[in-house]
Amino acid sequence: MSDSSHPPRTDISLSRVFWRVYRRDLTLAMRSVGQWLNTLFFFVIVVSLFPLGIGPGPQTLATIAPGIIWVSALLSMMLSLDSLFAHDFNDGTLEQLVISGQPLSVIVIAKVLAHWSTGGLPLVLLSPLLALVMQMPSSAYGVLVISLAIGTLSLSFIGAIGAALIVSVNQGGVLLSLLVLPLTVPVLIFGSGAVSSSSMGLPISTQISVLAAVLALAVSLAPLAIAAALRVGVSVGR
Amino acid sequence: MYRVAGILSPLLAGACVLSLLIGLYLGLVVAPADYEQGDSYRIIFIHVPAAWMSMFVYMVMAISSAVFLIWRLKIADVVAVASAPIGAAFTAVALLTGSFWGKPMWGTWWIWDARLTSELVLLFLYLGYIALRGAMETQQGAARAAAILAVVGVVNIPIIHFSVEWWNTLHQPASITKFDKPSMHISMLRPLLIMVFAFQTLYFFNLMVRVRTLILEREARSSWVAALAGERTNG
Amino acid sequence: MSESVELLLEAKGITIWRGDNLLMDELDVQLHAGDVLQIQGTNGCGKTTLLRALIGLAEFDEGEVFWCGQPFARARDGLYAELLYLGHKPGISPGLTPLENIKTLCPELPDDCRADVVQVLDELGISDRIDLPSAALSAGQKRRINLSRLQLQQARLWVLDEPLTSLDAQGSAWVREQITKHASQGGAVVFTTHQPLSFDDISVSTIELGGAE
Repeated sequence: MSDSSHPPRTDISLSRVFWRVYRRDLTLAMRSVGQWLNTLFFFVIVVSLFPLGIGPGPQTLATIAPGIIWVSALLSMMLSLDSLFAHDFNDGTLEQLVISGQPLSVIVIAKVLAHWSTGGLPLVLLSPLLALVMQMPSSAYGVLVISLAIGTLSLSFIGAIGAALIVSVNQGGVLLSLLVLPLTVPVLIFGSGAVSSSSMGLPISTQISVLAAVLALAVSLAPLAIAAALRVGVSVGR
Repeated sequence: MYRVAGILSPLLAGACVLSLLIGLYLGLVVAPADYEQGDSYRIIFIHVPAAWMSMFVYMVMAISSAVFLIWRLKIADVVAVASAPIGAAFTAVALLTGSFWGKPMWGTWWIWDARLTSELVLLFLYLGYIALRGAMETQQGAARAAAILAVVGVVNIPIIHFSVEWWNTLHQPASITKFDKPSMHISMLRPLLIMVFAFQTLYFFNLMVRVRTLILEREARSSWVAALAGERTNG
Repeated sequence: MSESVELLLEAKGITIWRGDNLLMDELDVQLHAGDVLQIQGTNGCGKTTLLRALIGLAEFDEGEVFWCGQPFARARDGLYAELLYLGHKPGISPGLTPLENIKTLCPELPDDCRADVVQVLDELGISDRIDLPSAALSAGQKRRINLSRLQLQQARLWVLDEPLTSLDAQGSAWVREQITKHASQGGAVVFTTHQPLSFDDISVSTIELGGAE
């Protein structure tokens, strides 16, 4: 016991644990702006490739726009998830967090929310612009933003499971997609389904409530899986 | 366990061959042709058992993974590893035969039918599991990581299935669900059930063989394996 | 070590294989309050692996680890609450300043802990780096940032992987002083080293790895 003036580690409030990690990850993200801007550019570029590949007919574009914007958002999320735990694993911060004596689930939730704030939220905010470019009826913008907001948050949680599983694997990017994409099927179906329905003027309450239910499930169960996967990850890496 | 597997596997192989023969005979020769689909429906004697087994094997995999995570039983992990490729094979067979069946039925090789789509996602889950196992450097790490993935997958399967069903009814109003079990004639049902039994035994036979090799591989350093190897070379 | 002293960490029958290579066979480790244990051996003999296995950061094939008499699986959180592990990887993000890194690694420090940190970094001679990006630090400086946690954190068990690497004479004297103080106050220390260390005021037990084969 080196210095008795410092508090023991057992009674630190959860909110402090959470905010320390959340603020730390945001600081890191803000200092490497390029990284999350890349994700955003990727999103824009993928969406704008579709009119080039399919043809500029407004009718066709409007029909497929919800699906395209959703799939592109999904792929952009995958891209940014790759580095969610990788840097911390490489510099040793991750193992220190695992053995810090603080609840790993709380740390994990903080990291995932920080990831969403920089990798998901910008996509959500940018999506109306892309919807405009893709000739979607303006009445559907609101639903697009809401469904993306709920959906990308779920994707952050689901994807983080994959990112945690492959944390000790070198160049696991492709593997990450292989693991995570099948698990994202429900989010994709109900997310783009909601937007399609709303652009056709149909009710959307089912889709939105299913999306919310998936989010609730992801928030409550994913942190456990992520924490378990991280413990495995730090014990195989050197 | 190694011994038990050794005794069980020939029994299972025998039961499997026998029921396969009976099932195929009843299914392909005895059962009457369907009045709507003619003879092409007979592929369901392969398709349906394969599809059922693809789910069943995933369940086995997930349950043994959970057992491994909770109690650290190594044999549970061996069962999970051994099951994965077999399950993937059943899933692939279900997909292929589904596609063969779809050609005369729907006039196309592939249709985004709810069940086929779910099977496809299931195949991806299997492939992800196998890929993750292959990518991890150490045995223990791979075992635990893959077990977590299997458990996560099994939580997701009902949700995926539900969402695919929902998506399907939205995009193509119901027309193609055909096989309501009660309406199936007994002459068709009997071979189907026998085929299901045959596929079950086929799975367990394969499982036993793979479990045996995996145990040998993992325990290669232990004294009993060395003794066994000595026995074989001397005898 | 007298029997009346509390047994903190115990490992029984640790067997570790790496591929076809037997790193250690049925190794027992006992660490009481006040003990200093050095794990010694050549490169690649499994020092770090053993160290990490003791705290659940490495897989082992056979054996079990106990903390305060409880098996590791049940005692994990209790162990981690009293553990300070300084590993081969420093746990310092290049994108953050040393102060920010220390705050991440020591969540128990209050947000306004700057003065405390400066004081310890002063002892280590690097307080002028406190607000510079860590990417610009040398290996020795990162090591010192990391070692400051010996003063800043409260932990009964210190697990140190090669604590003297990339330190000069003054730095390593500081580390020995900390270890001595910690042990005499009832803490336990286990560390790896490629060459044996001697301490003046405390007795040190040694596990020699790789020699048995």
